[in-house]
Amino acid sequence: MNRAGRFLLYAALVSTAFYALAPMWVMLSTSLKTLDEIREGSLIAAPHAPTIEPWLKAWGTACSGVRCEGLKPFFLNSLLMTIPAVLISTLVGALNGYALTHWRFRGSDFLFTALLVGCFIPFQVVLLPMARLLGAVGISDSVFGLIFVHVVYGLAFTTLFFRNYYIGVPGELVKAARVDGAGFFTIFQRILLPISGPIFMVCVIWQFTQIWNDFLFGVVFAGSDSQPVTVALNNLVRTSTGVKEYNVDMAAAIIAALPTLLVYIVAGKYFVRGLTAGAVKG
Amino acid sequence: MNIRYSSDRWLPKLVLSPTLAASLVFVYGFILITVALSFTESRLLPNWEWAGVERYAELFDNDRFWVSAKNLAIFGTLFIGISLVVGLVIAILLDQKIRGEGFLRAIYLYPMALSFIVTGNAWKWLLNPGLGLERIVQQWGWTSFTFDWLVNPDRAIYTVVIAGVWQSSGFAMALFLAGLRGVDSEIIKAAKVDGASLPTIYRRIIIPSLRPVFFSVTLILAHIAIKSFDLVMALTGGGPGTASDVPAIFMYQFSFTRGQLGVGAASAVMMLMTIVAVMVPLMYAEARSGRER
Amino acid sequence: MASLGIHNIRKIYPNGVEVLKGINLDIADGEFLILVGGSGCGKSTLLNMIAGLEPVTEGEITIGGKRVNDLPPKDRDIAMVFQSYALYPSMSVRQNIAFGLSLRKVPKAEQEATIARVAKLLQIEPLLDRKPAQLSGGQRQRVAMGRALAREPQIFLFDEPLSNLDAKLRVEMRSEIKLLHKRLGITTVYVTHDQIEAMTLGDKIAVMKDGVVQQFGTPDEIYNRPVNTFVAGFMGSPPMNLIPATLAINDGKLCAEVTVGPTGSKRVHLPLFGFDTSTLDTLTSTGSSVLLGLRPEHLTDTGRSNGMTANLTVPVDLAEPTGADTLIFITLGGARCIARLHPTAVAGRDEVELVVDTSAAVVFDRHTQEAIAFARV
Ligand SMILES: Nc1ncnc2c1ncn2[C@@H]1O[C@H](COP(=O)(O)OP(=O)(O)OP(=O)(O)O)[C@@H](O)[C@H]1O
Ligand SMILES: [Mg+2]
Repeated sequence: MNRAGRFLLYAALVSTAFYALAPMWVMLSTSLKTLDEIREGSLIAAPHAPTIEPWLKAWGTACSGVRCEGLKPFFLNSLLMTIPAVLISTLVGALNGYALTHWRFRGSDFLFTALLVGCFIPFQVVLLPMARLLGAVGISDSVFGLIFVHVVYGLAFTTLFFRNYYIGVPGELVKAARVDGAGFFTIFQRILLPISGPIFMVCVIWQFTQIWNDFLFGVVFAGSDSQPVTVALNNLVRTSTGVKEYNVDMAAAIIAALPTLLVYIVAGKYFVRGLTAGAVKG
Repeated sequence: MNIRYSSDRWLPKLVLSPTLAASLVFVYGFILITVALSFTESRLLPNWEWAGVERYAELFDNDRFWVSAKNLAIFGTLFIGISLVVGLVIAILLDQKIRGEGFLRAIYLYPMALSFIVTGNAWKWLLNPGLGLERIVQQWGWTSFTFDWLVNPDRAIYTVVIAGVWQSSGFAMALFLAGLRGVDSEIIKAAKVDGASLPTIYRRIIIPSLRPVFFSVTLILAHIAIKSFDLVMALTGGGPGTASDVPAIFMYQFSFTRGQLGVGAASAVMMLMTIVAVMVPLMYAEARSGRER
Repeated sequence: MASLGIHNIRKIYPNGVEVLKGINLDIADGEFLILVGGSGCGKSTLLNMIAGLEPVTEGEITIGGKRVNDLPPKDRDIAMVFQSYALYPSMSVRQNIAFGLSLRKVPKAEQEATIARVAKLLQIEPLLDRKPAQLSGGQRQRVAMGRALAREPQIFLFDEPLSNLDAKLRVEMRSEIKLLHKRLGITTVYVTHDQIEAMTLGDKIAVMKDGVVQQFGTPDEIYNRPVNTFVAGFMGSPPMNLIPATLAINDGKLCAEVTVGPTGSKRVHLPLFGFDTSTLDTLTSTGSSVLLGLRPEHLTDTGRSNGMTANLTVPVDLAEPTGADTLIFITLGGARCIARLHPTAVAGRDEVELVVDTSAAVVFDRHTQEAIAFARV
């Protein structure tokens, strides 16, 4: 390719990068400005005199609905909900994928197809019965209810991830271990788990972003004390007490996004790599 | 068959049984209950009196439902189409032995990590008619510039497209790029030896071989589009008025804030049907081409 | 160590395919059994069933006279080497070898001793701390072997253990296995595609086709007295020639009438020495057409003639020198046949005189493809 072509190529890529970054930049700079500066200055300009006031307010004192304690309690709710739900669904998915690939039985392929349907349904179609059920059991309005829902509807995805990964692990490996005297769980723990790093990454990142970012289940199933941060953020932005504080809104949005951004920055490259990588060859 | 020996016979089934039970009850069972609800007199509370297709009649008589269906069609088509094109183009550009590819890729991909609620709020601020994009362009000197899509009933749904594409095209890019890297390099070399130009190689050889990637990306994007709820909630709240309503919001409001369980259930069933209508032909086509390959 | 019995074994996979259709094999303690047969004939399936990795649909498997159908693999006291080696990728060579021992709660010191012994035996001592990914094909094969040898099981099972190796290594490992078996005397079942492996290693060979054992016997029996044309064609390289012929009595002697050359215009009578004529009486009376099975080394040049041979002059279609011998392609009874000659006997000739050792021939029925008569010797 000639130099002009190369230049155009880089120009296109860099401007796309600016386009991708612009909203984040605007959010960040807005969150560090005073309301006056927002009203007078330019949307994309860096703050003249950065202030962390909006961040403190978003974290500790802003009103979301009737509670004026900022995002902090809801952020904790999200953590309490996301971490167990991710761990449980990933672990169960791994065991499912293992059983479906290396311990096949009559009907196991059919079972897998039947489970897969769970990946494709719009969750709206289960919301009404689930709301009733959680109410009846008495865990609606609690973090437990949310954990339960996220595990149940995450299993289809985690099972799919692990099944597709483990199907690439040669069956003779498991047979060799059985001849060596290992049983179902020993083989999983000693043979499969040590080579599952990449797919665990994929699964944990996927589930973490899905569950942390969820809004639908949160808004339908959570009570005012168990709301996840996404729901609280939405309320915070909509709660107007006089003047609209864009800087606080933006700080709150970034706070709500921080954990997934962090996961993404630290482990994102493993995600795409793991999604497309196969298992270890025997 | 031998069920007699060793725990290894029944352990796999035991391990799978909770998931199977959960799927039977919470997926299949709940779908059936929702379908059943949509044929009853349920309003504020479930009421199992048979109502035939009355709820569906109500649904189809409701202008708001048709507005939301039309919005979904507009949003879905544009969102999937633009994300596919943008994702593919960036992937191809990135595939030209670019310096700093990893860094650029990370930048394109990060919006995927964000919640639609966050994305929605970011774009709501960016597109704010008073203080956002409109004012920047005016400050740059084009003083008559107006950009009021967010509050314009005829345009509001397109702002959802803008934010959706921003968030999802990086994901499409990543999958396309992985697909491009998977193309057998010997085929490309063979084409070069045959004298094909780079654009021809892409058009005739590489892009056609990405068919399975197109399939999975389309599937995922279609799924996001049909379920889309949070993005619209955060960006426009379905407004102005009901101008940017989508079925997911319609379903939510009728079911949980307006006390119309039956109609809500009927609209949920319609959403399921839409997904089936999109997915089944796609999967069928893919399975068929898979066999031919 | 133990005998192995396989009685009326059938296997139907869950998808309804009947892969094994009644297998019967018995081998004594310390014997080396070879399973051969075309791809997909059910060899691995049978091996997996002996190991307990696949449930038995019907029939009985005994080890040391004890029925083991319902025992899981770990309780059958077997060791197995897989075709793909199946080394545990996350473990070092040492851990691979020790895995089965530690699961059987063998004391640490004893494990160390075993690893040292096996490593020395197979010359893999320098590799003990490597991961499988860092090994070559031959080294992996040896580690897989070491994993099996770490225990002294009742039975060894090998599923084409040498098929991924190059020719030279394969020959080395073959003699290695033979020596090991001689030394340890452990009952062994060995699947292979390679008939030299089959002939050199086995005490007994079972030739399988489509889930049925065609013949079960010593290498000598399989080679010299194949019960049907499948077995005849399967063992030996190049395979046994199957010459369409007609049986007749000529000069009071039993003969096979065969056409010679591509045109088939010439006809010769090959006297069949050493056959029990009574078994053939009924056939000869009707002039029945048969297939005459003759191995290439029994169609040879004059240098190797003896008293039980017939002579035959044939046109050479093609000659293929292989070094020690030259193979020539000829047409007998309208079929392409191969003869094995001394290189000097062929050199540039269009026609050669062959000595046919009919006392080594097998007569097959042309319809059923079954052997109907062997020479008595
Ligand atoms: N799990 C299974 N389910 C259904 N059919 C199977 C299964 N495993 C093997 N088969 C079928 O059983 C037949 C015998 O397979 P097997 O692996 O025993 O053949 P093999 O003799 O070892 O062949 P090869 O020499 O190629 O290794 C094949 O047709 C195969 O397709
Ligand atoms: Mg096999």
